[in-house]
Amino acid sequence: MNLLAIDTATEACSAALGFDGKIIERSELAPRRHAELILPMIESLLAEAGLARRDLDGIAVGRGPGAFTGVRLAISVAQGLALGLDLPVVPVSSLAALALDAPDDVAHRDAPILAVIDARMGEVYTGAFRRTAEGLVEAISDEAVGPAEKWILPQNPQVHEAQWCVVGSGWDAYREALAARLPASPSFADGKRYPQARAVLRLAAPRFARGEGAAPEAALPVYLRDKVALTLDEQRAR
Amino acid sequence: MTHSIANTPHPETAGAGPVLGVETSCDETGVAVYDVARGLLAHTLYSQIKMHADYGGVVPELASRDHVRKLLPLIRETLRSAGMTTRNLGGVAYTAGPGLVGALLVGAACARALAWALDVPAIGVHHMEGHLLAPMLEADPPQPPYVALLVSGGHSMLIEVSGIGRYRLLGDTLDDAAGEAFDKTAKLMGLPYPGGPALAKLAESGAAGRFKFSRPMTDRPGLDFSFSGLKTQVLLAYQANAGEPGVKADIARGFEEAIVDTLAIKCRRALAQTGARRLVIAGGVGANKRLRAQLAEAAEGEGFRVYFPRPEFCTDNGAMIALAGALRLQAGLHEDAAIKVAPRWDLESLAAV
Repeated sequence: MNLLAIDTATEACSAALGFDGKIIERSELAPRRHAELILPMIESLLAEAGLARRDLDGIAVGRGPGAFTGVRLAISVAQGLALGLDLPVVPVSSLAALALDAPDDVAHRDAPILAVIDARMGEVYTGAFRRTAEGLVEAISDEAVGPAEKWILPQNPQVHEAQWCVVGSGWDAYREALAARLPASPSFADGKRYPQARAVLRLAAPRFARGEGAAPEAALPVYLRDKVALTLDEQRAR
Repeated sequence: MTHSIANTPHPETAGAGPVLGVETSCDETGVAVYDVARGLLAHTLYSQIKMHADYGGVVPELASRDHVRKLLPLIRETLRSAGMTTRNLGGVAYTAGPGLVGALLVGAACARALAWALDVPAIGVHHMEGHLLAPMLEADPPQPPYVALLVSGGHSMLIEVSGIGRYRLLGDTLDDAAGEAFDKTAKLMGLPYPGGPALAKLAESGAAGRFKFSRPMTDRPGLDFSFSGLKTQVLLAYQANAGEPGVKADIARGFEEAIVDTLAIKCRRALAQTGARRLVIAGGVGANKRLRAQLAEAAEGEGFRVYFPRPEFCTDNGAMIALAGALRLQAGLHEDAAIKVAPRWDLESLAAV
């Protein structure tokens, strides 16, 4: 299967192509230039692989959470590509993609992972994950948005005394508040990691193989922050 | 809402194939298919107006969120009613500006990616150029040179059109747009958002002559507009007569007459100044009945011709974007693979075709 993945939910703009059992990618930290870069990145991946647009079998896309405009960009591009090429789409959590980039060596493999993205306005997007037997990740909490100091450990008691791995820009922005919520100091923490298309592709591949690809209109952004304006009634009530 | 229209064919340009047009610059999602040789093949529109009414105005983030939900189903519906698939398209056009940046980006990204996937050319269209060329969607299109009055919730402009992409701004509003003045005036008399059309409706039952408001900036030369002072006049009249029977309707009548008179005076001036004999009305306020009647009467009396696109082509729509894009693609213009939008974009800077 020739799969294309994109993610533009955060400061990183990335595209990845899976073919012949390998993955090649383009990734750049390029705030405000994602729209300009994404299609040329895909062109350059296809050229390197010697594939044509019509050789693609599916599109995976980071569906957020992240910057609203960036999340919509990736979804809109994926929708346009899939419509034109008549391909199925698999939307992937940008938090899960971020979590997959936590270290996978023997020392860290069993550690629960906190993926945390700076959501601005004093809040973070969070998701807790654990490593699966296949080397991917699965969620052990619902994804959420809120102040870092109010983040709560998942119900699962196994993670309550663990040393966590923490990845994502939320760590750089709210290190102290998050550290205070963890049971012990993290065994690994990196606030400079971002969701990457390569991870989106790895998470989507088994779902494509199981036939879970859907029509592009079913791939929609997940913002988490859903209250963005006050209605007239709410304005009057204030 | 879907329409099929047969336009006058341009035989020398047949063969480029139908162009999909996508409009998402504000609070309407519009999609259409236009073929230079066959005219408009289909168009659909989804208006978000009800959603924004709860908030008292357009909320940009909510507009963007709605576009991304509605655009793809609307493209499929439009292609279906045109009797074709994406494989039949010869190009894709989208509004690249001016407008709300997040909303523009949804349409631009989806449309640019679609064109890339199909390996057909894409073109970003200036929203105002779409409005200026909208009368060409009708069976008897105006030939340049003409003067266009572009009046909507966001604009009040007089523009000289000497060809596709050859536009000169003759006059602009110094403050509120004409449609904005309608909406704000309606709001201060307690009409729900967007009050402009409701105000015009109310004016129909109002008595002429009870309230007389000024015709701003008509007492001096020039083609610029200023409508914000009218609001204050209305507010004072409304407060002084509150509770009297029929006061809202009578004020609405006086207000509408002031706006329409002002626009008509400036249109006649623009025609005299440029020597053009054709006047095109575009933008949402172009659907106003009194404006249409008064300009039609002036045209008859003074020997110029006035062109009104049907109301659905006056307000934002995908058809005008498909048309403008098709003409630019036909001239060999197109975009590279970078997705670009321009929330602010000078109409006079466009390349002539």
